[in-house]
Amino acid sequence: MRADTTARVVALHLAVVAVLAALFFVLPDYHRGVMARVLVLAVFAMGYNLTFGYAGLLSLGHAMFFAAGLYGAGLTAYHLGWSVLPAFGFGIACGGALALVVALLALRTTGVAFMIVTMMFSQVFYLTTLYYTTYTRGEEGLVLGPELRTIGLGGWTLELWEPATRYFIAVALFSVVFLATMALARAPFGRGLVAIRENEERMRMLGYDVHRAKLSAMVLSGLSCAVAGAAYALLFGYVGSSFASIQYSILPLLWVLLGGAATTLGPLLGTVFMFYAVDLTSGYTSAWLLVVGVALILLVLFFPKGVMGTVRRKWLPWLP
Amino acid sequence: MAFGPHLLLATLEGLVTSAVLALMALGLSLVFGVMRVVNVAHGEFFMLGAVLAWFFSTLVTGHPAFGFLLALVLSPLVVAGVALVAERLVLRRLNYDPEATIVATIGLLYIIQQLALTVYGPEARPVQAPFSIRIALPWFGYSGYKLFVVAASMALMAATWFVLTRTRIGLVMRATQYDRETAQNFAIPVDRVYAGVFALGAGLAAVAAVLVVPISQAHYLMGLDPLLLSFIVVIIGGLGSLRGTVLAAVLIGVSDGVISVFFSPTLAKMIATFAVAMVLVFRPQGLFGTAAR
Repeated sequence: MRADTTARVVALHLAVVAVLAALFFVLPDYHRGVMARVLVLAVFAMGYNLTFGYAGLLSLGHAMFFAAGLYGAGLTAYHLGWSVLPAFGFGIACGGALALVVALLALRTTGVAFMIVTMMFSQVFYLTTLYYTTYTRGEEGLVLGPELRTIGLGGWTLELWEPATRYFIAVALFSVVFLATMALARAPFGRGLVAIRENEERMRMLGYDVHRAKLSAMVLSGLSCAVAGAAYALLFGYVGSSFASIQYSILPLLWVLLGGAATTLGPLLGTVFMFYAVDLTSGYTSAWLLVVGVALILLVLFFPKGVMGTVRRKWLPWLP
Repeated sequence: MAFGPHLLLATLEGLVTSAVLALMALGLSLVFGVMRVVNVAHGEFFMLGAVLAWFFSTLVTGHPAFGFLLALVLSPLVVAGVALVAERLVLRRLNYDPEATIVATIGLLYIIQQLALTVYGPEARPVQAPFSIRIALPWFGYSGYKLFVVAASMALMAATWFVLTRTRIGLVMRATQYDRETAQNFAIPVDRVYAGVFALGAGLAAVAAVLVVPISQAHYLMGLDPLLLSFIVVIIGGLGSLRGTVLAAVLIGVSDGVISVFFSPTLAKMIATFAVAMVLVFRPQGLFGTAAR
């Protein structure tokens, strides 16, 4: 039974990756661009899901991890002329380090206080990007030219701004994080997180190191968000303060809630759906914030488990 | 201007900020204290109060004081009504679950903000002060209205303190805050107390907004900064503590004023935000609060 389930789960996840790669050949140009962006943001959402969904930690500060990746990669490439791979690695390292520091401090609190502390730290990060506007150009942001977004290895070059390259790099990054989340969710570590979410006291009494598990979850989550941020800077060539604002802490919450918290597929579904919902409504009205607001309230009132959470409960209990 | 008068000016400006902040934070603190939920839309109730103040003040012609008084009465009432509807339709159905409430009030924040943008527009609009007296100090003239704001805020705080500690309504509220279930056993309509407190909290934010609108203009994005500042005040003051809230508002308002005048407003906000996160991490009951039961 167990082996059977594993085969089914792995097959499903590989199928999703294959469909995403195949979509490139079906979609028109415009939607290829949109999907590349959505996939990068889905990596952000998957990172958020790890803490919010699995570990049950409601953070309103994940924008700072995304922005740490964004600025870590963007500033080194722009000001120091670092090439793509070192800049990308540095962005991820920044996100991981920031997540470790923030987690060490914020995990001393729980519940509502945790939410406020993460929001405050994120706000400090946002204000810092505005304060050093000489280097970051604040809200206006930096644009990374094509020459900064080209990987040259010997005689062979990879142009990240080229649509097909960009799409497949986005799929590749998404797949790595997606499959890693799947493995994590099914491993003892992921199950431990869920158990902490459900009953922290009991886990502690059973001799489980709760603090260490939450800390690891925060750092892994921060790393994943930083991957998304660094990839965003290098693939789309724009680095701006708005990505550090509170709005970008709320959006992953919305995506994850919509798709289904603590499901591996949920963040992707939520991001795709919300992105297109905003995209379509902005064709008729500029009131896309209204869509976000109404969606949040309706979800939390009538649909708290999200799409995949409902699917799992009703039909497919084996979904990770 | 020499350093001394400059500092005096910064302190006065800081006191005005404190006065507004204290009222707004009091609303947030009441809601958190009694209902144990965080209202992320509190800043938008503030913004709504300011926008409605502009609307009501344009209805009346003649002396600006009439428009201002009309706004001061009606705007908090309308905002309290909006909050009441939101409470009945959304928060009550969520059974005041802390995390679900945060998500729902974020939704409310976006809805109010977008409606304000659509109906009121992106412009910042001023409301005329009810009177324009300048108080001449030896070094500079200072707006009499700003001092009136400080006095009005103090009066309102005193009134709230009186209601909370000396009346039956206050007793019922404190009982609900202390122990919801026991209060219910003593036939206190906890459900209605919650609705009332939520509306009162929003109303206080709206009063603060009406007072501030003649100084800074009404704008649809004006809610976020005061929201964060009131979080800061409420945390530093200790949740649910009236005395702590006032002290913290003065502390934050004046230091914000002084740092903004001598350094930069962004730096002031950075320092305040960071400091408060640290307070919350290392002293969760706040600087003036007592440890939770």
